[in-house]
Amino acid sequence: MTRATDEGHPGHPGDPGDRGHRGGAPDATGATGPTTGATGPTVGDVTRTAPGEWRGVSPRYVGVELVGWAVTGLVVTAPTAFLWLIDGWWPKAVTAAVAVVFVVVCSLTPRRVRAIGYQLREDDLLLRRGILFSRIVAVPYGRMQLVDMERGPVVRALGLSDLKLVTAAAASAVSVPGLPLAEAEGLRDHLVELAESRRAGL
Amino acid sequence: MTDGGDPRLRPGGDQRAVVAELTDGEWHRLHPATPLLKGGIAVVVLLGIVANNLRELLFESFVPGGGRRGDDPVVLLVESGLLLPVVGGVLLVLLVMVAAFWASWRVSTFRVTDEVVEIRTGVLFRRERRAPLDRIQGINVQRPFLPRLLGAAKLQVSQAGDDANVDLAYLRSASADELRREILRRAGGARGRGATAPAGRAPASGASGTAVPSSAGGVADDRAATPGSHDLRGAPEVVGHPTGPAAAPGTPSARTGHRPGSLAAGLTDAFADHELDDEPPRTVVRMRLGRLVGSTVLSGATVFIVAAVVAVVVSVAVSGEWVLLAALLPALLGSVGFYGRRLSKSLRFSLADTRDGIRVSYGLLSTTTETLPPGRVHSVRVTQPLLWRPFGWWQVSINRASKSSTGGADGQSDSSLLPVGDEDDVRRVLGLVLPELVGAAAADEQFTTALVGDRVGDAAGAGAGEVAGGAAGVGPGRDAAALVEHRDRVAGEQADRTLSVVAAGLASSGSEGGFTTSPRRARVLRWASWRRNGFRTAPGAVLLRTGAVWRQLVVVPLPRVQSVSLAQGPVLRRLRLARVHVHTVAGPVSAEIGALDEHDARGFFDDVARLAVAAARADRTHRWLDEAAGEAAGATGATGTADATGVVDAVTDSGAAARPEAADRTAGEARVTDGTEPTRDPGPDAGRTATGATDGSER
Repeated sequence: MTRATDEGHPGHPGDPGDRGHRGGAPDATGATGPTTGATGPTVGDVTRTAPGEWRGVSPRYVGVELVGWAVTGLVVTAPTAFLWLIDGWWPKAVTAAVAVVFVVVCSLTPRRVRAIGYQLREDDLLLRRGILFSRIVAVPYGRMQLVDMERGPVVRALGLSDLKLVTAAAASAVSVPGLPLAEAEGLRDHLVELAESRRAGL
Repeated sequence: MTDGGDPRLRPGGDQRAVVAELTDGEWHRLHPATPLLKGGIAVVVLLGIVANNLRELLFESFVPGGGRRGDDPVVLLVESGLLLPVVGGVLLVLLVMVAAFWASWRVSTFRVTDEVVEIRTGVLFRRERRAPLDRIQGINVQRPFLPRLLGAAKLQVSQAGDDANVDLAYLRSASADELRREILRRAGGARGRGATAPAGRAPASGASGTAVPSSAGGVADDRAATPGSHDLRGAPEVVGHPTGPAAAPGTPSARTGHRPGSLAAGLTDAFADHELDDEPPRTVVRMRLGRLVGSTVLSGATVFIVAAVVAVVVSVAVSGEWVLLAALLPALLGSVGFYGRRLSKSLRFSLADTRDGIRVSYGLLSTTTETLPPGRVHSVRVTQPLLWRPFGWWQVSINRASKSSTGGADGQSDSSLLPVGDEDDVRRVLGLVLPELVGAAAADEQFTTALVGDRVGDAAGAGAGEVAGGAAGVGPGRDAAALVEHRDRVAGEQADRTLSVVAAGLASSGSEGGFTTSPRRARVLRWASWRRNGFRTAPGAVLLRTGAVWRQLVVVPLPRVQSVSLAQGPVLRRLRLARVHVHTVAGPVSAEIGALDEHDARGFFDDVARLAVAAARADRTHRWLDEAAGEAAGATGATGTADATGVVDAVTDSGAAARPEAADRTAGEARVTDGTEPTRDPGPDAGRTATGATDGSER
């Protein structure tokens, strides 16, 4: 079993990367630039070993995640208040424990958001997510059936948007959340163009 | 609404003529018995309701004094004098239904053009559905019992998606088969060749007498050339190089033709069977009754039933309550039904290799014949339930892009490719399903490279010129023929090698068969199978071998890979392991393998990502006959105008992926032949051929 990993991919997709990032300029913070693996890769995480430049998502996306988790936390924690009707100390402990879990999850959100990254390689899009449960997906451009752009209320308020890539396989489940609007539009157009020019059958 | 000539107006006419008319691009109606067949169920239901209400009366007529007269609805009706209105109402409902079905038939029209199959239905809510031919995922011809008796069949053109099928229900049984063949021929991209193409395709061989298998898959041609074969086209022509894995004389597997081999087949010979092709299938896997019964008995359901029986018997023995035995009754009834369904589904199962892909037929009373064109199988799983291991039986399931909620004529699932078979069967089935893997494609690659090379290229060009000059197949043609022979030999060797790859993956463990397995530390997670749990890439496919107890081998053709993922959770990370998932379209087969060494997994991930892109780019299966046409013309240079056009077609179709030199070369060849008389008889479809040729050059 040979492992021709590094020769296989030219690490720097000059053109696709630049074009995809065309719209990123208006972002004043400039933090959406290439993050070059500087996201504090977990030691021993094999999904972090890909060569090439990773592009991160906007730090503002942390806000979206926080709102999401806060709502989820409230919905899950609130019903535990009914346990308080029972005498004893433990019902309150349950509520506290659930709340603490959510606080911890929220506190880790910035790290998790920094861990999201995508890479436009020559022939495919590489996407990675997750710290504890990390996952990396490679989607050949020709396999993309459509590209969705979704903007929920919070996402829109922060001037972001989510890209969802759909292939014929449901298991692919690829999305790039929290891109600044202009960058998302640029990336979407670029991906659609690539998919069109490399269209393969199913 | 334009409505062309109705095919039913020419009873007993030649089927070909009928099909030629059905596929002339005009709108046609379905089988005139359609309203009856579709409405038949409703009538049966209505009769059932009536009979149900009459049951007390019937019961009483058999057992005097047994019924409770007072409650019977019919008696109540008679007593209240409402019988006449009610009967009238029932008849009215029937009449309305028949009228509705008749109207629905009346407005349902379909047409088959060179590009699409299209159907328009619906009286109130009009629906038009159009299936582009080059997107066809398969064609299903179903004959449910009742329509089958009346000589009708349902043709289903499957497209990718959930129930994205175009159903032509119902058609005349024989013309359904012809129509299927014609649609597949057009879908395959063999434009400009008349409906007689299958017959006219063969006699294009070189002068050296060496066989020129002028179709896709020379390997399979060789396989059919066994003694006793009924392959009219292949047998006399193919001078065998018995490299095909199934070419050994006397191998029971190489049976072709339609022999009433089993009891089941004998039973159903009473029904008209329209499966006879003018081109007999090349390889056939048939179900043996004994094996089918054995495998059904030795299924997991049996284990469950036996366990249930034991449990009940033990509880009866312990508690002394005989009433508990009654609990067994529904279980036994249910299991009888289960076994019956399973058996009737797979009875008369056969799998054949045709020019247009794999043909699977099954069913006893209601039959289904599915055709899967090349490249429509997205992943394959070969499994062996534990109880089957002593017998060496395997089961093959596939993922396909089209999902049909109805499946076969009896509602069978369409994802099982081989209900049960031995290793030899599996090897043959995989050979059909994955031509990429068995090397035909790889050999073609070599062949083409050789053709554009200087020496051989000139020889072939000279050969073509010679042919154009009228001296068909003399002299230099031999070089091309030798080349073809070489190609076939290479293909044969490739096939042997890659098939052995598959065979090695079935029961092997460790690094046997070139697999990279889980490291020793993975035995915490794969305590029985860590030695077997492995993967490998082969030419054209990815193989995942898992399960030491329930053995499983998943094969994913590389051109069908949609994406690939590598994942690692906390436990896997601690063990320095990782998980790889090769994504294909949804289905019963999931190509996932866990507990791999993280560096192996990483390498595998990268390999698959890279190979999948390359394979998808080189894939040309969506126009599978283009390839065949190009191959034939390129190899012999004597196949006439239509085929030469086919070459150009093939080259333009493959687009950027094609080698430019090859394009020039073959195009030149086409021009050479173009100027002369076609060497083939201009058949009744000469006009069509000309149109096709124009089409081809315009593309």
